[in-house]
Amino acid sequence: MAETGRLNAPGSVTGRGQDWVQRHPVTALRVFIVVTIVLAWEALAQSGLLYRDVVPSLFRIARALVQMLADPTFYFHLYATFYEIAVAMVIGCLSGLVVGIVLGGSKLMQRAFEPFLYYLGPCPKIIFFPVMIMWFGVGPGSKIAMGVVSCFFPVALNVAGGMREIDRTLIRVGRSFRANTWQMVTKIYMPAMRHPIINGVRLGLGVCLIGTLLAETRLSNRGLGFLVIQAYTLFDMPLMYSLLIVLFVIAIGANTLIGRVGGLDDIRRS
Amino acid sequence: MIGRLRKNRWFPAALGLGSFAALVLLVELLIYLDVVNRYVVPPPSDVVAAFPRIVTEEHVLSRFLLTAGEALSASVLVTIFGVAGGVLLYQFTLLRQATETWVAAVAAAPLVLMYPLYLVIFGRNATTIVMMGFTAGLAPVILKTLEGLVGTRRVLINVGRSFNLTPSQQFWKILFPAALPTVFVGMRLGLIFALINIVGVEYLINFGGLGQLINDLAERFDLAGTYAAICFVILVSIIVFMLTERLERWLRPAG
Repeated sequence: MAETGRLNAPGSVTGRGQDWVQRHPVTALRVFIVVTIVLAWEALAQSGLLYRDVVPSLFRIARALVQMLADPTFYFHLYATFYEIAVAMVIGCLSGLVVGIVLGGSKLMQRAFEPFLYYLGPCPKIIFFPVMIMWFGVGPGSKIAMGVVSCFFPVALNVAGGMREIDRTLIRVGRSFRANTWQMVTKIYMPAMRHPIINGVRLGLGVCLIGTLLAETRLSNRGLGFLVIQAYTLFDMPLMYSLLIVLFVIAIGANTLIGRVGGLDDIRRS
Repeated sequence: MIGRLRKNRWFPAALGLGSFAALVLLVELLIYLDVVNRYVVPPPSDVVAAFPRIVTEEHVLSRFLLTAGEALSASVLVTIFGVAGGVLLYQFTLLRQATETWVAAVAAAPLVLMYPLYLVIFGRNATTIVMMGFTAGLAPVILKTLEGLVGTRRVLINVGRSFNLTPSQQFWKILFPAALPTVFVGMRLGLIFALINIVGVEYLINFGGLGQLINDLAERFDLAGTYAAICFVILVSIIVFMLTERLERWLRPAG
């Protein structure tokens, strides 16, 4: 007991460590989980239980990541994907916004056409890729089209839902000022629907990213999706893990950023 | 007249379906007039005519059963591990605080992009497809199970305590039944995510049921057949979506 007391005395390294763990149990558990996963991964990589390179050492993944980030061709592919996603997001969000406003602004339109969107929304969009290749060719056009098809549905459905939630008083105020359609959209509908729109864009970005990148893995000679499938073809597993890490960081980062910029976190907290 | 039509309960549905039929007819006409190239968009009449062919010659029903089997296997795995994961996070508050945001981040990540990795680990077979569906559907089930358990009304938990229920009885008699509707919402989301990913990966790796059928027909340049197969997959997705929606409504407590 005396020994334990001496070891854990206040001010000693062990004692300070225990204090820190007691004060930050959540962070301590997180660190513990990460360290356990890293050690288990490294042990599995060194054990030879799986085929060679299926689980490469973390050092090799880190080296591949650094080499990839230092290689200028990576940025060429990153730009290709970024361009496709950016164009797809602009077209998909604008068309979703217009359709959502039309559907949400009229009960008749909503009941007539919204079921089509509602039931088509959860379909696997990648099955449209052969059609997109026929319509837009094998270049970036078909990937952009895949992104548009993926992103359109969540934006349109969220905007339509948001339109129905707008306070009727605001709409009456706009009409009493004799606002025309454009003024109603820009001065009343859009500001009142800020959060549903941001939420739709956030969901849309996630599926747009998936649609575009999957299309790149299927048929392309540029973009991050192409790099992933090339790494698979060459069996360059450290590079594939590095690419997946970068893709996940981009996807989760963009998702969080849109949520923060749009103030979605504030809504949840309030 | 228009006002009376608007009040008719069948008018909106008729307008929607009528507009769709008009669009199909317009496409048929544009192809007939050579405004639209029939080698890019096949005439809708050819697509309709291709349906019996893909059912008999392409064995669409057996392919459907294969995809359904993969979706069922993934759903069973998602349900077992997802519900268990949600319960685990509920039971251990510290674990929940440490990992809930991670699970939410995983739910937002484009996991389907891991399919080349799964191809390396499991090979080009049904296991890859099922595991891809499982991975995609797991996070929503964990999060919804946790949400259901955390959202159990305090009064119900207190009733259990007043009856001196053991922790196991408290879970099976109070917590789990109260959380079941929300758990089912998660299972429905998990099934939809799994199905989307399963059909997608079947198409991408050219293996399995309905997804592979689309790829096969597209590679053979059978345009009418490709469009018919896409329509069939959409139809299956809609039916699954509607069935799970009905089941969810049935499970949801009244009021």
